Amino acid sequence: MRKALLAAGLGSVVAVSGAMPTSAAEVPKPGGTLTYMIPADAPPSFDGHRETTFATVHSVAPFYSVLIRLNPENPADTTDFVCDLCTEMPTPTDDGKTYTFKIRDGVKFHDGSPLTAADVAASWNEIIHPSEGVSSARESFYAMVDTVTAPDPATVVFHLKFATTAFIPALADPFSFVYEKRILDKDPHWYEKNVMGSGPFKFADYELGQSIKGVRDPDYYRKGLPYLDGFVAIYAPKQAVRVDAIRADRAQMEFRGLPPSARDQLVKELGDKITVQESDWNCGNLITPNSKRKPFDDVRVRKALLLAIDQWHGAPALAKIANLHTVGGIVFPGSPLAATKPELEKLAGYWPDIDKSRAEAKRLLHEAGADGLRFELLNRNVDQPYKFVATWIIDEWSKIGVHATQKVVPTGPWFDAMRSGNFDVVVEANCNGVVNPLMDTQKYLPRSVFTENYGGYEDPAEVGIYNKMLHETDAAKQRALMREYETYVIDTKAYEYPMLWWWRIIPARSYVKGWKISASHYVNQDLATIWLDK
Amino acid sequence: MSFSAQFRPPSPVIAEAEPALEHSPLRRAIGFCRRQPLGTFGMAIVLMIAVAGLGAEWIAPYSPTANDFGAMTEAPGWAHLFGTDQLGRDIFSRIIYGARTALVVGFSSALVGGAAGLVLGVASAYFGGAIDLIVQRVLDVMMAFPLIIMALAIVAIFGTGVHNVIVAITIPLIPRCARVVRASALPLREIPYVDAARACGFGHSRIILRHMVPNVMGPFLIMLTAFVGQAILAEASLSYLGLGVQEPTPAWGLMLQGGAEEYASTAPWIAVFPGLAIMLTVFGFNLFGDALRDALDPKLRDR
Amino acid sequence: MYRYIVKRVLLVIPTLLGAAMLVFVLMRMIPGDVCVIRLGGGGARFDARAVAACHAQLGLDQPVWRQFLHFVWGFCHLDFGTSMWSGKPVAYEIGTRLPISVEIALMAAVVAILISVPLGTISALKQNTWIDLIVRTLAIAGTATPSFWLGILTILAVLDLSQAFTGTPWMPPIDYVPLWQDPLRNLSVVILPAITVGYRYAAVSMRMTRSTMIEVMREDYIRTARAKGLLRRIIINRHALKNALLPVVTLLGIEFAFLIGGLVVTEQVFNLNGIGRLFVLAVQNQDYTLTQALVMLVVVVFVLTNLVVDLLYAWLDPRIRFA
Repeated sequence: MRKALLAAGLGSVVAVSGAMPTSAAEVPKPGGTLTYMIPADAPPSFDGHRETTFATVHSVAPFYSVLIRLNPENPADTTDFVCDLCTEMPTPTDDGKTYTFKIRDGVKFHDGSPLTAADVAASWNEIIHPSEGVSSARESFYAMVDTVTAPDPATVVFHLKFATTAFIPALADPFSFVYEKRILDKDPHWYEKNVMGSGPFKFADYELGQSIKGVRDPDYYRKGLPYLDGFVAIYAPKQAVRVDAIRADRAQMEFRGLPPSARDQLVKELGDKITVQESDWNCGNLITPNSKRKPFDDVRVRKALLLAIDQWHGAPALAKIANLHTVGGIVFPGSPLAATKPELEKLAGYWPDIDKSRAEAKRLLHEAGADGLRFELLNRNVDQPYKFVATWIIDEWSKIGVHATQKVVPTGPWFDAMRSGNFDVVVEANCNGVVNPLMDTQKYLPRSVFTENYGGYEDPAEVGIYNKMLHETDAAKQRALMREYETYVIDTKAYEYPMLWWWRIIPARSYVKGWKISASHYVNQDLATIWLDK
Repeated sequence: MSFSAQFRPPSPVIAEAEPALEHSPLRRAIGFCRRQPLGTFGMAIVLMIAVAGLGAEWIAPYSPTANDFGAMTEAPGWAHLFGTDQLGRDIFSRIIYGARTALVVGFSSALVGGAAGLVLGVASAYFGGAIDLIVQRVLDVMMAFPLIIMALAIVAIFGTGVHNVIVAITIPLIPRCARVVRASALPLREIPYVDAARACGFGHSRIILRHMVPNVMGPFLIMLTAFVGQAILAEASLSYLGLGVQEPTPAWGLMLQGGAEEYASTAPWIAVFPGLAIMLTVFGFNLFGDALRDALDPKLRDR
Repeated sequence: MYRYIVKRVLLVIPTLLGAAMLVFVLMRMIPGDVCVIRLGGGGARFDARAVAACHAQLGLDQPVWRQFLHFVWGFCHLDFGTSMWSGKPVAYEIGTRLPISVEIALMAAVVAILISVPLGTISALKQNTWIDLIVRTLAIAGTATPSFWLGILTILAVLDLSQAFTGTPWMPPIDYVPLWQDPLRNLSVVILPAITVGYRYAAVSMRMTRSTMIEVMREDYIRTARAKGLLRRIIINRHALKNALLPVVTLLGIEFAFLIGGLVVTEQVFNLNGIGRLFVLAVQNQDYTLTQALVMLVVVVFVLTNLVVDLLYAWLDPRIRFA
C-alpha cells in the first residue's frame, strides 16, 4: 500500500509502505546481527574528518559518537537537533556568538579511557583548524567559528566570529566523529587506518573490499542500546547484486538508496516481507553552463535552456525510473526556507505553462542570435540519476531546436574538465549531509568565494545578497532574503539551475525495525536503535 | 577476450596468377554452400545484420532515441515487437540501429587493426634482423598489456564515444594480427622467386606488396572475420563497464548495461534481446570465418 | 640451445620495461587525479587545501621522471609501494584479492578441460556427423556469447528456478570465505562465475582440440597404427591424443593469461572482490601505484607463460633450436 505523495514545496515527503519502523506499541527485542550492504568498493580511509564519501560513514559511524546530531527518532525533520555527547542543546549567549555545551558523564572509549570535553575540543579543532599535513574536508563549513575550547573536563565552548543560524546544522555533521585526544596528539593520521571510538558498537573485523564487522558495546552510555548483538556490512557496489541479496535474504538492506525499479521488483516478489521507506534527498543535479564560453556568456541563452525544460511533467515520469521526484528551487524542499509552489512558479523554468515557456525560450535564443544551437553536455559516468537527467533534458532541449550531444566521462576527467573550465554545459551534483540551506546554497556563489563553483562567473551583487542572508538572524527576513537570492541566481541571471531533487528509496526486510529514513544518506547511521523482529 | 585462439594458420599456398577456369564463380559458390551448410548459415546472418545496419532508417518502426514516458518497460507486443526499455524506447528499433553501430565498430576496428597488423607483420618478417626484434618487442608489450586496462585508460584520457572505442579495440588487435601474419610470411622469405625479385632490383615495398602480401591474404581474411566478431564482443564488454558508446546512441552492448540488469527480473526482454543480437552476430561471423578457412585450406579441401 | 635460452630470457627485459613505461605514461595522461576523486567523488563538498595536502602526502608533487625511477627501482626490489587511494601496501591490497581470482581461474580451467577435451575428441572422431555439428555449434556459441550477459542470466535463472521449486529464492553468498575455512560456502560463491568463465574457455579449447585431433588422425603414423590392426581406443589414447594435446595445452596456457581480462567483467557481475575488480577500481580512482603494480603483475605472468611455451617448443622442435 503506497500512500499518496504530496506535491513539491509543501514540505518534504516521507512515504512508508509496509510495516512502520517501530510503532509505539512494539517492544524492541534485543539480539541478532544486522547484515547490510554498502554500495561502494571500500572507503578510502576510516577518518571521517578527512573523507566525504558515504562509504566511510556507513562503514564506521556505528563505532563513534558525535557532539550533536539529527534526532534519530525523527530524522526527517530538518530542524530537530538533539544531543549525542552533550547533555542538552544550549541557547547561544553573547549575541548568539557563544555556544556552551555540557558533556555527558560516564562516556568511555572502547579502550576503556574516559571521554572528556578535552577529546571533544581536540576533535573539533582538527576539523576546524587542522594541523599541518592533516586534511579536513569540511573546513570551510566552519568559517564562522573562531575558537573551540574546553575550560573544564565537562564543558566545551564554541566562540563564533558572527552569529548565524548555519552553525548548529553544521555542527551536527555526521562525519565529525569524536576522537581520543591522546591518540590525536601522538599521531593525527592514526584514525585513517584504525578505529577507536565511543559509539554503540566496537570494531571487530575488517576484510579489505569485503566486509566490516562490529559487536555490541556493553558499556555504551545509553543504557539498553544498542539492541543488536552486532552487524556485518558487506561492500557491494553492483546494484543488481544488492537487490538480489535482499531478495534472497543474504542481506537485509542498504542505506544509500535504490532506484524505483528495484523497489517495484522487491515489492512484487516479497510482498509484505519488505518495507519501503522513501524521502526527499538532500542531493540534486545542477545544470551549469560555462559562462566563460560563447554563447553561454549571454544570459538570454542560459535562460532559454532553462525555460525549455518541463520539470513539472518530467518529474512524475522520471520518478518511475529514476531516483528523482520533487521539483524544487535551490533549497531542500523540506526546509522552512524552501520556496512554496506559487513562489517557484514565478521563476524561469518553473512556469506552469510549458508552451509559453518554450516560446519565450525560442524568442530569447533568436534575440541572442543562437538559433539552432549545438553543443556538448558533459556528464559523469554514473547511471542514477545523472544519465537519466541528461537524456531527459537533451530531449527537452530538442523541442526548442537546440541540439545537444552527451559526453560522458569518468569522475576524474569530469572534475578536471569542470575545474579547468573545459566544457560547454555540464551536469553537476550538489549533495550535502545535514540540511543546512545557508551552507548548501553556497554552491551557487562565484568561484572567488566558493572554490567548487564551476560556472565561470563573477558577481559581487550576488555575494552581497548571500552575506546579508548569512548574517540575518530573524527567520522571516532571512526567508525573504533567500527568495531574493534564489530569484537572482535562477531567474535573473540563470547562472546555474537546479534540476529535480533526488528521491531516496530504502527497501528493507520487514523484520528490521527501528530505523527511520532522513534526507541524507550520511545521517542516522550508528544503528543503535535498530532491532530485529524475529 | 582472446583473439588469436580462434585462428590457426593453414600452410601457405602460393597464389596463382589466374584463377582456375574449370568452375565459374557461381558454381563454386553453390558448391561452397552445399559443402558448408554452417558457413552458409553464418553468411546469411551476416547479410541480415548488414541489411539491418544499412537500411535502418527504412526498417526500424520508431526512432531509436525517442523517449516515450507513457510506454515504459512494456512487454513485447504488436506495438513494440521486442518491448520497450525503461525510457520508453522501442527495443526492436534500437536493435536495428544498434546493428549499424556494431558493424561500424566491428569493421573499423578489424580493418584498421588488421591493416596495421598486416603491414607490421609482413615488414617484420621480410626485413628480419634488428627491425624484426624491435617490432616484436613492441608488439609483445602491446599484447601483454591487458585490453581492459588500455581501454579504461584511453576512455579516461580521451573520453567515451564511438571513435575512442574503435581506437581502444583496434590497438590490441594489431599485435595479434601481426603475430599471425608474420608466422605466415616468414617461410615466404626464403622462397626462390623473392630472391630472384631482389636480384632483379625490385624495391622492398614492391616485393612486399606484390609478392608477400597476396600470399598471406588467405589467413588474413579469415582472421578478419574472427576479429569483427571479437571487436563486437569487446565493444559490448566496454559498454557494460560504462566505457563504450554513450547514451543515447543505440548500441547492443550499451543496451545491456545499467537498465538491463536493473530490470532483469521485471522486464527481462530489455536484457535478452540485445544479448541475443550480439551472440547471433558474432556466431554468424565465426561460422562464416570457419567455413572460409575450411574452404581455403587445401589439406582439408580434398576429403 | 643455451644461446637460444639466454637470448629468449634476455628479451623479457625490454618487454617489461616497455610495459612499465606504457602504464606509467597512460595513467598520468588521464586528467584529474586520485586526490580530487577521493574528496569530491560523492558529489559532496570539499576544501581546496585538502587536495594540496593530499598531493604532498602522496608524492604527486614530485617531478615525473623521479616518480618513474622510484617506480622502476621499487619494482626491481619487489617493493611495490603503497596504494594512493587507501594508503595500504600494494602487496597487501593485491594479496587479499588474489586468492579468489586464482581460485576462479583454476576452477574455470578445470571445468574447461573436463568439458573440452572429451567433447573435442569425440567431435573430431565423428567428424561431420550430427554430434560434431552440435559440439561445433556449442563451441562457436560459447565464443560468441558475452560472458557478462551469461552471468546475468545465470544468476537470474538460479534465483527464479529456486523460487519456483522451493518457494524461497536462493543466491550464492555475497561475501567470500577462503576454501579451508568453509569449503561449502566457498564453493557456492565460486561455482557460478567459474562456470561462466569456464564455458568460454572450454569453447575455445574445444575447437582447438577438434582441429588438432583431425590433423593428427590424418598423420602417417596413425595410418600405420591402424594398418597394424591396433584397437581404435589404444590408437587414440596412446598416440593421437598425446600429440594432439600439445597445441591445446599451449593454447590453454596462453589463454590462462587472457583470463584476467575475462575476470574483470565477471567479477563485476558477481560482485567478487578479486583482482579484476581491483583493476577497474585502481584505474577509476587514478591510483597510480596500484595500477602500475597490477599491470606489471599481469605482464609478468603473460611474459613468463610465453617464455615457458617458447622454450618448450624449442626443446621439442629441433628446427627452432638451431635457428
